[in-house]
Amino acid sequence: MVKLKKDIFKIAGKNLKSRLIVGTGKYKNFLETAKAVHASGADMVTVAVRRVNIFDKKKPILTDYLNPKKITYLPNTAGCFNSKEALRTLRLAREMGGWKLVKLEVLGDKKTLYPNMIETIDSTKILVKEGFKVMVYCTDDPLLAKKLEDCGASAIMPLASPIGSGLGLQNKINISLIIKQSKVPVIVDAGIGTASDATIAMELGCDGVLVNSAIANAKRPILMAKAFKDAVISGRNSYLAGRMIKNYFAIPSSPSKGII
Amino acid sequence: MAKIQLNGKKVVIKTNYSIFDLLKKYKLSKKKVAVEHNGIIISKLELKKKYLKNNDKVEIVHFIGGG
Repeated sequence: MVKLKKDIFKIAGKNLKSRLIVGTGKYKNFLETAKAVHASGADMVTVAVRRVNIFDKKKPILTDYLNPKKITYLPNTAGCFNSKEALRTLRLAREMGGWKLVKLEVLGDKKTLYPNMIETIDSTKILVKEGFKVMVYCTDDPLLAKKLEDCGASAIMPLASPIGSGLGLQNKINISLIIKQSKVPVIVDAGIGTASDATIAMELGCDGVLVNSAIANAKRPILMAKAFKDAVISGRNSYLAGRMIKNYFAIPSSPSKGII
Repeated sequence: MAKIQLNGKKVVIKTNYSIFDLLKKYKLSKKKVAVEHNGIIISKLELKKKYLKNNDKVEIVHFIGGG
């Protein structure tokens, strides 16, 4: 038997056990969030930076449910529509916990939540200069993805389809082109609708998948989290195994020799 | 007495009040939040040294669930 090389998933020098990264938004409550994260097997979660509700001291906080010492928090700039806001958010995140590994997301349009790639590239350059390790949400344009890598991005995160749309992988060709050219991890982010979408992304050769709405908005989020865990493992194994060649016509599975 | 803007809301505080005192007042652990004072991020080590004055703007943020 051929000994397989250990399949390690590494982002900016950090080893991760799971190739599934999950978002922590949109859940009913923090208990459900924690249960879903646990069921998903993810060891990295995205989090947002927001004002503390200072007048409601009893309000529960995320860190009480998900220990940042046990699970990697990936601060995200979701909701930022320009470079200035995104940089401010990530600098605050770094001050909060010393996080250098962050996810940059600069949105350009409220209706599609499509990334503003000009501001995204500018922000990446500044953050890299400041010592951040930046995972970058981007369009599925191979040229822009390459540009981000050249600017020092730690991971390229092209969208499968618009954030929260659940439309799945809409442009497999572009995602494949990005995978083939990239030396840093490629993680499909946004638009994944169901577990099989994650498998497809992993079979294409993505290094990982980031999912939030598809789990949180499922009728049974914890069960869906488990489905995604299996889907990502399955897709990765399928990619490593290497699929058979497609044929236009049938090829019998049983030998034609010795037919009676 | 001084009037400041804390997370977008008007708050009245005593004089000689530091950002550290402000965090204590709202029972916030400095380990779990980050503070911006008039647009400048204040490191955890400086919180005791930064005193608030009239019309100061303070933002206190933390991590919440997000995608």
